Amino acid sequence: MSWKLYSDRPIYSQIVERIQVQIVSGFYAPGDRLPSVRDLAAAAGVNPNTMQKAFGELERSGLIVTQRTSGRSVTEEIDMIKTIQKELAAGKIGEFLENMKELGFSREEILSLLKEETE
Amino acid sequence: MTGGMEMNYNNLVELVNLTKKYKNGPVAVNNITLAMARGRIIGLLGPNGSGKTTMIKMLNGLLRPTTGTLTINGHAPGVETKKKVSYLPEKTYLPDSMKVSGVVDYFAEFYEDFRKDRAYEMFQSLNIALNAPLKTLSKGTKEKVQLILVMSRDADLFILDEPIAGVDPAARDYIIKTIISNYNENATILLSTHIISDIENILDEVIFLRHGQVILQSTVEDIRINKGKSVDAYFREVFVC
Repeated sequence: MSWKLYSDRPIYSQIVERIQVQIVSGFYAPGDRLPSVRDLAAAAGVNPNTMQKAFGELERSGLIVTQRTSGRSVTEEIDMIKTIQKELAAGKIGEFLENMKELGFSREEILSLLKEETE
Repeated sequence: MTGGMEMNYNNLVELVNLTKKYKNGPVAVNNITLAMARGRIIGLLGPNGSGKTTMIKMLNGLLRPTTGTLTINGHAPGVETKKKVSYLPEKTYLPDSMKVSGVVDYFAEFYEDFRKDRAYEMFQSLNIALNAPLKTLSKGTKEKVQLILVMSRDADLFILDEPIAGVDPAARDYIIKTIISNYNENATILLSTHIISDIENILDEVIFLRHGQVILQSTVEDIRINKGKSVDAYFREVFVC
């Protein structure tokens, strides 16, 4: 997974979203240790302070935890990860519904289309 | 001026009413007051003739201010600051007859804070032969050599004048990674460039210069939030011809 970052939006929020996805998708499992700020910043080609700020945000939300001796790791609270996963899904679904409405579909039509496509 | 400036922060560089007027020439730097905090990567951006190189030369003690003051770590540019400032000039100055290994030794002798191991590691990553005489290297490779030498010091302030202008995109990515992973977190990097889009993600803040004056000092994230634009797009808007 490469770092696709858009320079016209705040970089730190894009990093937050990306690491959230990596956690809810299991790329980083509960309890996994995360790379250092510096290493991740170098990999993403972003400023270390920006990466630090993203980590700060993820810590505040509880998704990642800092241990004094072993650096940062993903929370082991699976419920919390599930909650964030649902929030991210709700966002994507909302976006999808908006797009479909723009195309002129009603709720019922969208649902039946979805059924057809996933069968 | 907006954002980026925390007055109680421990500033590394301070400019107060700094002015440089060349004899029988223009005012290249016109009454600039600004501070650069420690631990930042700062882009110094402006069109040709905006005063970037004059400001950089004053920071390096190569030009004396006409009026005003400039301090690095509390010292005016001189012997004391040269020990702690690592400077990449716009034009190469390394003697063509020397080999890569020779300039490494030269730097190691000249600068106490030079880290040979770091330089060798970077030369190896970029496949630059140590026994190659500089005159046999391409322009881009020579620029890489020079940048590696400059980044291999444990300096407080790195001043890079157009560091990536002549190198290919792959090497540019490597150089950007090198800058991120090698600089000490209390050190500040001041980087002047025309190629904003490639480097804007590694910047903390930018200083826009025009006609020798600071027209903006801001964090890059503030520009993205407040203008909804990349720094590159905003720069083009501000400096539209």
